[in-house]
Amino acid sequence: MEAQYVYISLAAVFGLFMAWGIGANDVANAMATSVGSKALTIKQAIIVAAIFEFLGAVLAGGEVTATIRKGIVDAELISHEPRLLIYGMLAALLAAGTWLLVASRNGWPVSTTHSIVGAIVGFAAVGIGVDAVQWGAVGKIVMSWVISPLIAGFIAYLIYLSVQRLILRHEDPLAQAKRYVPMYMFFAAFTLTLVTILKGLKHVGLDLTLQDSYFMAVAIASGVAVVGALIIQRIKPNPKAEKSQHFYTVERVFGILMILTACGMAFAHGSNDVANAIGPLAAVIGIATTGNVAADSPLPIWVLVIGGGGIVIGLATYGKRVIATVGEKITQLTPSRGFAAELAAATTIVIASGTGIPISTTHVLVGAVLGVGLARGIEAIDLRVVARIMVSWVITIPAGAFLAIVFFYIFRAVLP
Amino acid sequence: MLANIFGSSPVKPLEKHIDISYRCARELRGFFAAAVKGNWSKARKVRAEIERLEHEADNLKKKIRLHLPKSLFMPVPREDLLELLLVQDKIANRTKDVSGLVVGRELQIPAEISEQFLDFVDRNVDAAKQARKSVRELNELFTAGFRGAEVVLVAGMIEKLDRIETDTDEKQAALRASLFAIEKSLDPIDAIFMYQVIELTGEIADMAERVGRRLELLLSH
Repeated sequence: MEAQYVYISLAAVFGLFMAWGIGANDVANAMATSVGSKALTIKQAIIVAAIFEFLGAVLAGGEVTATIRKGIVDAELISHEPRLLIYGMLAALLAAGTWLLVASRNGWPVSTTHSIVGAIVGFAAVGIGVDAVQWGAVGKIVMSWVISPLIAGFIAYLIYLSVQRLILRHEDPLAQAKRYVPMYMFFAAFTLTLVTILKGLKHVGLDLTLQDSYFMAVAIASGVAVVGALIIQRIKPNPKAEKSQHFYTVERVFGILMILTACGMAFAHGSNDVANAIGPLAAVIGIATTGNVAADSPLPIWVLVIGGGGIVIGLATYGKRVIATVGEKITQLTPSRGFAAELAAATTIVIASGTGIPISTTHVLVGAVLGVGLARGIEAIDLRVVARIMVSWVITIPAGAFLAIVFFYIFRAVLP
Repeated sequence: MLANIFGSSPVKPLEKHIDISYRCARELRGFFAAAVKGNWSKARKVRAEIERLEHEADNLKKKIRLHLPKSLFMPVPREDLLELLLVQDKIANRTKDVSGLVVGRELQIPAEISEQFLDFVDRNVDAAKQARKSVRELNELFTAGFRGAEVVLVAGMIEKLDRIETDTDEKQAALRASLFAIEKSLDPIDAIFMYQVIELTGEIADMAERVGRRLELLLSH
């Protein structure tokens, strides 16, 4: 009986480590868009991230957690020896966390999702057996890694095109912005709440009918749009700043919108990426307490606190610096462009979360930025770096897998 | 990291470059005002400032080029931006050339045409100023994706630039005629160089007009 506490505490420590890594790297990248466009200060970005990452994880993170926990490894195959799965999940957490740390130190653009999925597949295929991996599910996940940035890019392209058509190319862009920005707010709030209600809330124990769900989403989105419109109306042009930059006040209107999409981005990220840290942790707890690999025990709340808390600590300790450097470099992403990228990315990620597919937030965001670029929204995109990002995600999978295999054999030899 | 996919944008630096080029050309007013009076110590001082600004423009030009690698993906062709940069730089170059020529020979501008000449210089500087005004819209053009109301605005600015350039052409022809009328009374070598100074000064407006042409090319993308 003593062993189970060892497993759970180890898993908690590794999970916290992983969550710290996510906060330091992934979240920082996601929030930097808003800081770079000056919609938020660094301090505000951290507060927004802390609240909405947590909300995203609790309200909409259930499906992805379930996928990481038991959608990749076929638990039935090892029901005779549940400990193997414990060692494996511990190894996967430590491997992904370590790889993330190494990558962040070297400034490599790696994805937390790719490292944890690579790690789980690695220990399962080598440590247990090739048949232990649910290849169908893994294939689906890998496909989504290719498709999700494309979808986000396409949505971002359409959004920014509409911004240009409706607002920026108009003779009076400020009046147009005040008219149309609340609509974008409605769209943002509607998609995010609808997916959350339809897919996420049942994990919290709420089950609404389809009609009620739509009604609620429309109600919340309308509320957000009305409040947003009221705030926007209060923005007055600043003639002095306007003289040197025609779109100065227009961008300030988009800045309000971007605060909303930044919340959406943090929420989306929480709904998808927190699972990378707490999915394996949940699996370890489930097996350790019941001794049964197929147990469907509910997620203890402290697990979520570890996930959310770890991210906030990571953000506050190391991510702050990442946000500052990243934010400085992306001044090209003014609010009118940044919001388009964020909204497209958040929408794509939340839909993936609702379907239980773990995708990479960073890559989706890159896809979205490229989409804005295709709509001629970005002054200069360095294609060499885009290529490097693609390469680094191919490397991340075997790297995560290799580390996980090493840790797996160590744990099997050392742990009770 | 995500941030690195943004290459360094050439837009602000291009706006800064035309600003330096214009400020360089603007110095010609003070330069020729001193030269006409035969105040060569003052002229040399202004000439030093012109050289400094031309040098500054040159350095910025090199820096912009270095930061525009082929791997950049931009809404407008990189070559067009580089061409724009090149003609912008020539405004400062011509300014330096003409002031160098005058100061080197301590070339005395004939009193009979001095007023007409200063007016001609003024108009050339106006052209450079209008070029600066047009290029300063680059940021807004990029934001609007080179379509819509902003394009109409810039097209109007370029039209005005063209009118100023036509104006300088007319002034240049009149100035040459005035010089021709008095050239027999001048030292022959001075007369030859005077024609050259008029030619070089007129090229400032020509370069400003070419800045407009380059911008126009961007508008049609």
